Amino acid sequence: MNATNTTDTTDVADVADVKRSVAPGVRLGHVSFVWRPWLVFVTLLLASATFLVFCLSISVGDFPIELPRVIATILGQGERVDKFVIMDLRMPRALAGLIVGIALGVSGAITQSIARNPLASPDILGITGGASTVAVFMVTVSGGAAAAVADSVGVSAAALAGGLGTGLLVYFLAWRRGIDGFRLILIGISVSAVMEAITSWLLVTADIRDVARAQAWLVGSLDGRSWDEVRVALWCSLALLAVVAVVAFQFRPLHFGDEVAAGLGVRYSMVRAVMLLCAVLLAGVAVSAAGPVPFVALVAPQVAMRLARFPTPPLVASGLVGALLLIGADLVARTALPVTLPVGVVTAAIGGPFLVYLLVRANLR
Amino acid sequence: MSTVMEKRPASGVAAVRRRRVTGVGLLVTVLVVAGAASLAVGARALTPGEVWRGLFAEPGSDQRLTEIRLIVQTVRVPRTVLAIVAGVALGIGGALIQGCTRNPIADTGLLGVNSGASVAVVSATSLFGLSNPFQYVWFAFLGAAVAGVVVFGLASIGRGAGNPLTLALAGQGVTVFLASMTTAIALSDKESLNAWRFWNAGSVAGVGFDVIWPVTAFIAAGLVLALTTLPAINLLNLGDDVARGLGVNVALSRTVGILAITLLAGAATAACGPIAFLGLMVAHVARYLTGPDYRWLVPYAGLLGAVVLLVCDIVGRVVVRPGELDAGVLVAILGAPFFAALVWRGKFKNA
Repeated sequence: MNATNTTDTTDVADVADVKRSVAPGVRLGHVSFVWRPWLVFVTLLLASATFLVFCLSISVGDFPIELPRVIATILGQGERVDKFVIMDLRMPRALAGLIVGIALGVSGAITQSIARNPLASPDILGITGGASTVAVFMVTVSGGAAAAVADSVGVSAAALAGGLGTGLLVYFLAWRRGIDGFRLILIGISVSAVMEAITSWLLVTADIRDVARAQAWLVGSLDGRSWDEVRVALWCSLALLAVVAVVAFQFRPLHFGDEVAAGLGVRYSMVRAVMLLCAVLLAGVAVSAAGPVPFVALVAPQVAMRLARFPTPPLVASGLVGALLLIGADLVARTALPVTLPVGVVTAAIGGPFLVYLLVRANLR
Repeated sequence: MSTVMEKRPASGVAAVRRRRVTGVGLLVTVLVVAGAASLAVGARALTPGEVWRGLFAEPGSDQRLTEIRLIVQTVRVPRTVLAIVAGVALGIGGALIQGCTRNPIADTGLLGVNSGASVAVVSATSLFGLSNPFQYVWFAFLGAAVAGVVVFGLASIGRGAGNPLTLALAGQGVTVFLASMTTAIALSDKESLNAWRFWNAGSVAGVGFDVIWPVTAFIAAGLVLALTTLPAINLLNLGDDVARGLGVNVALSRTVGILAITLLAGAATAACGPIAFLGLMVAHVARYLTGPDYRWLVPYAGLLGAVVLLVCDIVGRVVVRPGELDAGVLVAILGAPFFAALVWRGKFKNA
């Protein structure tokens, strides 16, 4: 009757329940966890696939480099020419794809877990909407203060500020003696609706050439990343992921409801607030590195759940699916298509049908 | 489930009914007043008397009266009618989709209706070089209908038939795909980008009766279908197993519900662009006003949708004179803060 059982009544969940009843627990000192071979297997498989596509993405280009040489160079050996092409030219782009994918995947998994709703994603927490509005404003409004700001700090930085500002606004508007998942998503939807309305109003009133530029930015792209941009995103996301990794052990019990979590010794309000803040900031990092790439955060956790046959979005696997989707889509966009399209278009074109395929396959079984 | 019911004294059944009927009466009154205001307000200042004469004037020799007649009959009446019709359709569609998917954040765009219509608009403009918005209304409707059927078909394959979660996610998957196609086409063709941005803002202005009457016919059909499923949706919200035990044909009633939503939202979206937030918003407000009984919730949502869309259209004509602000933009800008305030005060329950 409420959003709770939309996540829990899946067929996938039934399978996992049966498995869990026979899954052995493991305790190593203060850390204990349930031994789930399939989840570990899928996660390792996704990790290797991500590494492979990452290397493949580096090896393909105007100056092709074979895979073994790419791997050798990444590991610190290799010739100087390769080193230049790989580390200086291609690495930033591939790394940006990896970071953005992982950040969006993890952020989506956290959001969907807290909202207990598979339709939730950082997109409806306002980050995407706020960043888009600011970016479109920067691109379409010429002259005056906006143009000065756009020249000095760049559209991406301004958009990041807009996105984080809107995300934090949603966060604080939804705060009322703690964060409640249902209140959070409804407030997020309202704020996002306002932002979308302003964006579409700006697009209607703007010059059509600016509209095309703004639209290209709105889709998200990995073109022309430099080490400077990527380095910031890398350190930010590593720090955030470290926080997520620490808190994650307290996070799982939240799926059983606040009372059960409290009974298990989890300070649920604090855990939820910290995890959500991390989700907002991770999505912000992703926006700063690639623009508002749509749908990765929504699709990745759902795909990961189904691949791992896990009843809730698994954090690590979601991040890996996100990275795989983003780097893979970038690879396809650069090589297989006759026209150059921004990566956001291709992630959606691949991610959407793949999710539908997984659903149909689960129903046919 | 309903806080509204709990606050009432124990002998409340008759009182609740009286209150609900009064509410409907109140909403209808507000709607009539808003409709009259919509005829009276516009770029050209007209007195109520002039509007009244213009409404019923025959084509004649009096030039001033002819002018007024033109303004009232070809500009203000159509947009008022469309705002009411589309508002009812989007409000009812929004309430139904939340009932059918049992998801409180489902909106009418979920079935792929909005993205299907968007794709149709950009491809029609790009392939056939249509420049007049009224030529692509029917492409938009076709796109919306096809997308709705595809989503429902995909979600119904195998054991998934009627599973609300599968429906919601299949809808998202298809929406994602179609939205990326829209962007791909719009980025490569400036004309379709131009058409898309105006359509996307969402407006009830500039559509003539040659479009409004067919759209109204589709919406009326959707309305009839919607009304037949309301009792079943009440039972579906007790859970599929309970509903089945009480004799509901779960798959059939969901199918009829989805068909109704596709007709309602598809026709409304084709005529005035994607205004999906309207349905989501009024569905929650209606649930707050009536409680979870869909037989009351849905009519309330329809009336509220019409009132909100009409009022937003009127406000849009006044605020940025001499220009106009699109109704779709205003629905979000005016409605969302109000909605968020109600959310924050904890007025809403899950679907």
